[in-house]
Amino acid sequence: MGLDFSVVPAWMDTILLGVLWTIAITVTAALLSFVGGILLAVIALYAPWIVRQPFRFFAWLFMGTPLLLQLFLIYFGLIQIGIDLPAFVAGFIGLGLHFAVYNSELIQTAIIAVDTGQMEAARTLGLSRTQALRKVVVPQAVRDVIPPIGNNMIALLKDSALVSVIGVTELTLSAQLAIGRTYRPFEFYLVAAVCYYVINLGMEAVLRRIERRIALSR
Amino acid sequence: MSDTQHFVEIRHARKNYGYIEVLKDISLNVERGQIVAIIGPSGSGKSTLLRAINDLDPLTEGEVWLDGVQVNKKLPHRQYEKHINQMREHVGMVFQHFNLFPHLTVRENVTMAPKLLKGISNEDANKLAEEQLAHVGLLDRIDYYPSRLSGGQKQRCAIARALAMKPKLMLFDEATSALDPELVEEVNLVMKKLAEEHMTMIIVTHEMDFAASVCDRVLFMDQGYVVEEGPPEVVFKNPKEERTRAFLRKHLGGAK
Ligand SMILES: Nc1ncnc2c1ncn2[C@@H]1O[C@H](COP(=O)(O)OP(=O)(O)OP(=O)(O)O)[C@@H](O)[C@H]1O
Ligand SMILES: [Mg+2]
Repeated sequence: MGLDFSVVPAWMDTILLGVLWTIAITVTAALLSFVGGILLAVIALYAPWIVRQPFRFFAWLFMGTPLLLQLFLIYFGLIQIGIDLPAFVAGFIGLGLHFAVYNSELIQTAIIAVDTGQMEAARTLGLSRTQALRKVVVPQAVRDVIPPIGNNMIALLKDSALVSVIGVTELTLSAQLAIGRTYRPFEFYLVAAVCYYVINLGMEAVLRRIERRIALSR
Repeated sequence: MSDTQHFVEIRHARKNYGYIEVLKDISLNVERGQIVAIIGPSGSGKSTLLRAINDLDPLTEGEVWLDGVQVNKKLPHRQYEKHINQMREHVGMVFQHFNLFPHLTVRENVTMAPKLLKGISNEDANKLAEEQLAHVGLLDRIDYYPSRLSGGQKQRCAIARALAMKPKLMLFDEATSALDPELVEEVNLVMKKLAEEHMTMIIVTHEMDFAASVCDRVLFMDQGYVVEEGPPEVVFKNPKEERTRAFLRKHLGGAK
């Protein structure tokens, strides 16, 4: 039985809907991981010990355990304590927090690397430490780690396939649905692969634009 | 509530880093509109003294007063933070290495603090930026990022940034030491202009000619002490102390 792509067009709606969900969960989780990464980095570096400790545990949990387990924990585990999240929400939170922890590691290193003269200059003008962090130090740190954060976001796109296991009909699950009905795994997985590749290209184009804009200010 | 007579008053300032005493009982008064130069060998404590004035390097002991208010008064942490931030709005500082904000344009460097701390409108902020940058001769670079400025332009931008807060006092820590020789003059000219406008300034410098021509008073520091102070004619031409003479022999490029 050779390859036969003639079955694909009939399922194109399903696949494209899957593409949209994949993009939706990737973009929302990426935003969460970005904002969360900044907050976690600032907490890790500047919060009092008593605040830092629970967050260290949190970081350890999200770095030291499989993402799949984290998704199960958020989707199935939280129901037990009365938090019944829709699959999409559970998926975006899980993915977002997971990558927030990784982004936070990058941002922490970058914050430490920002010249101390920057904080001094800001404080000299009358800014509080929080204002100086927000306006001067953190923006520079983030700017410095946009390329590696971009790599994390590409990884996030690929890992978004994992949310299929909690029933988010993103691209991978959509392909599986089509396969279940047509028994054409090779064709549909190939189609899905091409879709991921195209989304990936789109993300890289966006990242390059951002990096170019940043380069202007160097 | 003013129990000082002087505009800036430093009383019995001491500063320790561990066992090392960097400032040893320094007292200093500066009057409104005065321009004071601090000279002295490397490591003598010039920067530490300057940075104590806006509490960037807090004193171990002693008091700093500005315009009748104690800068380093004892307050609970949170209150102190508020107090010191307010005090710093009145004290501009210029650093050897400029410390411009590289992620902001020249305009944004100048307007960031006034917008954030004084809540001025965008329109007023732009007017302020144009005014301050015209003052330092940098209006044509207003939308550049600092990376595209020469050293002299960077330092003039840093001065405009400090002036935009309308400080009562300006502190300069070797503002021209990091500049190529041919760029020193453009920064000196800006400082001279400020002098003519009667800005109160304390200037740490290695440029004896500049100190002699601009300043009302010169302080010579060595090993944490103010060894000698007086008008530039006296300190440069007729120093009383042997240590001052030795220093000047090495550093005088011919101040007349
Ligand atoms: N953070 C610090 N920890 C320990 N010692 C310090 C610290 N900062 C400064 N010192 C020491 O304090 C002394 C005075 O330093 P300061 O920077 O005030 O000297 P300076 O007169 O400004 O010298 P320069 O002309 O080289 O700038 C030096 O011996 C220096 O090593
Ligand atoms: Mg110094």
